[in-house]
Amino acid sequence: MDTTPLANGPNLLEVRGLTKIFGTLKACNQVDLTIAKGEIHALLGENGAGKSTLVKMLFGSLEPNAGEILWNGQQVRITSPGVAKKFGIGMVFQHFSLFEALTAAENIALSLADDTPIATIAAKARALSYSYGLPLDPESLVGDLSVGERQRIEIIRCLLQTPELIILDEPTSVLTPQEADKLFETLERLRSEGKSILYISHRLDEVRRLCDRATIMRHGKVVGHCDPRQETPASLARMMVGSDVKNAERTTAATRGEELLSICGMSRKPAGPFSTPLKNIWLSVAGGEVIGIAGVAGNGQGELFEAISGEALQDSADAIRIRGKSAGRMGISARRLLGAAFVPEERLGHGAAPRMRLSDNLLLSRHSTDGKAFVGTAGMVKSGAIQKAAQRIIEVMDVRKSAPDPEAAALSGGNLQKFIIGRELDRNPSVMVVNQPTWGVDAGAAARIRQALIELARKGSAVLVISQDLDELFEISDSIAVMHNGELSKPIPIADATLERIGLLMGGAEPGHLDHSKEVA
Amino acid sequence: MRIELVKRPERSALFAALSPFLALALTLIAGAIMFSVLGKDPVEALYYYFIDPLREVWSLHELAVKAAPLILIAVGLSICYLSNNWNIGAEGQFIVGAIVGSIFPVMFPDFQSWVVLPLMLLMGIAGGAAYGAIPAYLKVRFNTNEILTSLMLVYVAQLFLDWMVRGPWRNPAGMNFPETRTFSAAATLPEIWSASGRANWGFVFAIVAAVAVWFMLSRTLRGFEVQVLGQSPRAGKFAGFSSSKMVFFAFLLSGGLAGLAGISEVSGAIGQLRPTISPGYGFAAIIVAFLGRLNPLGIVAAGLVLALSYLGGEAAQISIGVSDKVVRAFQGMLLFFVLACDTLILYRIRFVGSSAAKTVEVTQNV
Repeated sequence: MDTTPLANGPNLLEVRGLTKIFGTLKACNQVDLTIAKGEIHALLGENGAGKSTLVKMLFGSLEPNAGEILWNGQQVRITSPGVAKKFGIGMVFQHFSLFEALTAAENIALSLADDTPIATIAAKARALSYSYGLPLDPESLVGDLSVGERQRIEIIRCLLQTPELIILDEPTSVLTPQEADKLFETLERLRSEGKSILYISHRLDEVRRLCDRATIMRHGKVVGHCDPRQETPASLARMMVGSDVKNAERTTAATRGEELLSICGMSRKPAGPFSTPLKNIWLSVAGGEVIGIAGVAGNGQGELFEAISGEALQDSADAIRIRGKSAGRMGISARRLLGAAFVPEERLGHGAAPRMRLSDNLLLSRHSTDGKAFVGTAGMVKSGAIQKAAQRIIEVMDVRKSAPDPEAAALSGGNLQKFIIGRELDRNPSVMVVNQPTWGVDAGAAARIRQALIELARKGSAVLVISQDLDELFEISDSIAVMHNGELSKPIPIADATLERIGLLMGGAEPGHLDHSKEVA
Repeated sequence: MRIELVKRPERSALFAALSPFLALALTLIAGAIMFSVLGKDPVEALYYYFIDPLREVWSLHELAVKAAPLILIAVGLSICYLSNNWNIGAEGQFIVGAIVGSIFPVMFPDFQSWVVLPLMLLMGIAGGAAYGAIPAYLKVRFNTNEILTSLMLVYVAQLFLDWMVRGPWRNPAGMNFPETRTFSAAATLPEIWSASGRANWGFVFAIVAAVAVWFMLSRTLRGFEVQVLGQSPRAGKFAGFSSSKMVFFAFLLSGGLAGLAGISEVSGAIGQLRPTISPGYGFAAIIVAFLGRLNPLGIVAAGLVLALSYLGGEAAQISIGVSDKVVRAFQGMLLFFVLACDTLILYRIRFVGSSAAKTVEVTQNV
């Protein structure tokens, strides 16, 4: 195992045999890691590989069961994030911890825990942000900022504490390609100043482009160190997954079938102070095709999903038609009865009730459509039939679990998502709407889910996939539309779609692209 | 040394079953301490409190009389709490049920027929349900906090009853005592087995209600709906269930059961309306609901335990001369320990040595 640093001088951080055990699960098992001064070190691994656990131990939010951490050659114990900050370890989390109703400067002040006046902090933050090419107005309300700008606040907040080591957890998962480029420039600049960066990601291209070394984890263990620039994405993926990952096979679309889902000039007022209004959305999905909706998080995708699913009703019945029937005033159960199926973005708490068993979670979305099979006289639930159906889905989708009928929350994200997708596929829906089908799902499960969506379309159903993962959309879609600020672009056939063109639309370019409503109508 | 709570990967079935017993044991220990601080022999006091009332048949009847309203109310509350509706106003729904159910025997004492009693029970249910509908409507329409509204409506009901029995409904032949006329035989809920004691049909209603609600919760789609909406409202909405309908369902059901408890108590145990018709059944039932793990069958057992605390309070007052306020102290401790022990279902306790903490101090100074 090659652990010698590329840069000269002692290692900034050295981790030996770090182990964290949850119950019977070894989330981190004898992990070794070295980070040299002035390097960008990638931490690669699938979901559930133990990356987050490792990072939490480095940042002091979790205490290791065994192993040692050396900081500048000295053995240390990092017992809390406060201690980590004192050593000079800063972290930018994947999920931001910002108050939307406060300004950027106020948010930064909250984390500094001393009595520096806000004006001083704002001035410092402004100076720092411009010097690193991350322009930021400290007086602006966080609620008004884009996700990329919010991430800048987190980064500036981290930099203000002059850290030696900056940990970034999946920083580009919410950024447009152009925003990500900006971030990379900043990170390279930090490296040239001698700072070290631990970069967690499962996007192999950016790791190859940016990082000096990579440590790869699988099932809680370090399975290899490498120089990512010497590897191909395929070889990196093989190390992460342990076997070759198949791309979903996409046969060319059959001739466009009958229109099964259509959205005609739908608008929606914002439901709360921080939600996005939908503006005059037109879209038509025909049987046999997969349409992808790309977009940076928070541009109205969640609102669009709720409007299509019927969790939010439309003002006019004709705003949404499912299999030719006006469904705009129908609730979610009635829309399901028309043949539609829905998979929301959040698995726990939206697509599934966390503390309920899988069989109960099957009943959750199927009690109306399969009323005869699952519910008997006087509303009695037929648990035998439900358990049989749940078992069938578990087998078809290869859901791996620890108990015969576990609680939804006990499953890993990927396995629960396979179950939730399988629950809908089992009905053979003629319209399938999925929001973020593989968000936080490991590569093996993701491939399986994508394949299943393509197969459903090829059998004649209309499939609408909302996703932030452009690679995924390019892999499965027949055309891609882009959502920006509550507006939806015209779908671009996959043959004409390039990463650059989609990226520009995601950033809100081409303001003229919305004047297509009349021609679609 | 430091004590840490560590989250369990799944909820512990063992502690889910054990927690009420653990809570009972801790309550007894705390009670023993309380008695010795009061200068009483703790063993003797606990004996008079918890064992003595169980030794005679008439006393067991009294236990059933006290347990019936507690079980009826708590069964309804379990639906509320499982569906995330915090109805704290069962005491008020109990009182309004009793008032509405008493319209016939008080205003039309000459109307005596076999239909009077069933009518009274139905009107009691309707009265309690209607009173429960007020916080439900306020919650659905104005998004008000149902804890506050339902609790405040208790005081409204108590004062309304007080005014009724002192004013319009006062017994004309009652020598100015603040009470209504006594109910006729036709308006009295019969005793189950009158040869041996006072227990009335209210206890039967309680058992029937508990079994029926248990069946609904564990076997029907409606029960599934209650649990989904209570555990994750968003998943419930995704399932196509309506949370506003559930608010009404839970409040009407629990209000109706509290109203039934109210009219049963007045018609069976008391025989007339008085300024005070409940020793806090509506509040003690909250403890019963949680001690019974929000499971209607568990609530039957928990209702008997709480009923025993009322009887024991009376017994202990007579035999060892402690204040009857001790009952409240016991009930409070019980709820406190039940909620505390419930933590163990989702967490386990870990003791962390102090060496870890010291190392940090050292390294930080390096």
